[in-house]
Amino acid sequence: MALPKCVEMRVLSDPANLRVVREAVRRSAGEVGFSEADTEQIALAVDEALANVIKHGYDQQYDQPIDIRIEPVAESGRSGLGLFIRDFGATVDPETICGRDLADVRPGGLGVHIITSVMDEVRYESAEGGGTRLSMVKWRGHE
Amino acid sequence: MSKALRDVRQVGSTTVAVPAGEVDLQQSPGLYREMMAVCKGKPSKLIIDLREVSYMDSSGVSTLVEVFRMVNGYGGSLILLAPTDRVRSMFEIAKLDQFFTIFEDEQEAMKA
Repeated sequence: MALPKCVEMRVLSDPANLRVVREAVRRSAGEVGFSEADTEQIALAVDEALANVIKHGYDQQYDQPIDIRIEPVAESGRSGLGLFIRDFGATVDPETICGRDLADVRPGGLGVHIITSVMDEVRYESAEGGGTRLSMVKWRGHE
Repeated sequence: MSKALRDVRQVGSTTVAVPAGEVDLQQSPGLYREMMAVCKGKPSKLIIDLREVSYMDSSGVSTLVEVFRMVNGYGGSLILLAPTDRVRSMFEIAKLDQFFTIFEDEQEAMKA
């Protein structure tokens, strides 16, 4: 069986591309060995991260670049999937990125909560030259 | 035929709206517009049949929250019918599975 491969892609910040990215994430997560339920949650986390880039990083401009890398990772006898998203939009202070209080039921603001709930490691960084880099890892067998 | 809603039908005093497909940032604005149009008729009971929704992200959930607020605002009731496992998982992550009234069985939803 071939080892899962790293996938890199650049997509435009058009919501129509979300479906394409989700499919790529599902395929990679499946190859790494995630369950169907975990695979769906990983795809959801990536979807939410990209939606935040489109809405906030690029202020709903649909023709801006987003770089995505989907990479099988291994460390200390465990394996998982790394997902790296880099945009070139408005630089956001990583310290200000947080999910909202879920007790306040209202539309919007759920994306960061979903990302941090689903993924085991989440790190936002200001990227050189502007924009934001988001690194996420989901480990297998880690709930 | 609308794009986001596959069907809207009246069953007695109940309005049943049937979205379909993947409700993400691309599809949810259309679903929002079409659901708001349904709500303009102020149905006393609105059932959103989620059986044909294969995927939903937070933009879709936000649309459902908006619909809930609209319906609740005029004194109506909103029921979500039979979300798929993927969609139910989304509700659970957002901790909205207890917020919405959800039925698995259509007849039970109709009688509620």
